[in-house]
Amino acid sequence: MNNLLFFLTLIAMGYVVGTLVEKRHYRSIRDRETKFLYLPAVTMKTVTSPDQKVTSAELVCGSAVISIDYFKRFLASLRNIFGGTVKSYESLIDRARREALIRMKEMAGDATVIVNVRIETSTIGRNANKKGVGCLEALAYGTALTLEQ
Amino acid sequence: MIITNIETVPGKTIVEHFGLVSGSTIRAKHVGRDIMAGLKNLVGGELKGYTQLLHESRQQALERMIEQARQLGANAVVNVRFSTSSVAQGAAELYTYGTAVHIK
Repeated sequence: MNNLLFFLTLIAMGYVVGTLVEKRHYRSIRDRETKFLYLPAVTMKTVTSPDQKVTSAELVCGSAVISIDYFKRFLASLRNIFGGTVKSYESLIDRARREALIRMKEMAGDATVIVNVRIETSTIGRNANKKGVGCLEALAYGTALTLEQ
Repeated sequence: MIITNIETVPGKTIVEHFGLVSGSTIRAKHVGRDIMAGLKNLVGGELKGYTQLLHESRQQALERMIEQARQLGANAVVNVRFSTSSVAQGAAELYTYGTAVHIK
C-alpha cells in the first residue's frame, strides 16, 4: 500500500512539474528561435556565389541534455505494451534538438550563415546501458561563415 | 588554427594534407551531480550538470586534436566530426576527428 502511494505521488509530481517545465521550455525555445531568424543554418556544404568573399570560417557547436519526467516515462512504458507512436518521447527529442540548434547559433556570434549543420543524438548517464531512455543529449554542429557584404 | 566541418576552408586553398588527427576524452561527474541528475529525472527538464560536463569534455577533445595537428605542422583542420559513446555508468567518451591540412 505504501509503495503504491509512493509511486502515485511520484507520477503526480512528474505530471505537474514536468508539464510546467516543458511549457516554459517551449516558450523560451520559440522566443529565441524568432530572435535568431536572421542567421540561417543549412545542411548544404556551401552557399556562396563566386563573387562573395568569405572572411572567416569557424566551427560552432551547441548541445543540450534533456531528461524526461516520471509520468511520461510511465506512459511510454504503457505504450510499449500496445505499440504505436510514443508522443512523450517525441517532445523530449524535439526539445533537445531545437535547444542544441539555438545554442549553436548563439556561439556563432555575428556570422552570416552556418553551413553543413549536423545533428547527433546520444543517450548518456545511468540509463544509457539499460533499456529505458533516461535522458538524451542532442549535439548540433556546423561551420559558421562570415561573408563580405 | 582554423577548424571547419566542410571539406575546404572557404577562400583558401589546401596545399598539403597531413592525414587524420583525433582527440578523445572520457569524463565522469562526481557522485553529487549524479544524484542531482537522478532527482531531476523525476520531473524532467534540462540536466545542466551533464550539459556542462559534455561541453567541457568536448572542448578538451577538440584541444587535443588541435594539439596533434599543430605538432604535424598543420594550420587548419577540415571535415571535423564529433562522436559520443557511453563506456560506463555516468561516464561518457567524447571523440573528435578531422583531417589536418596546410592552407594558403
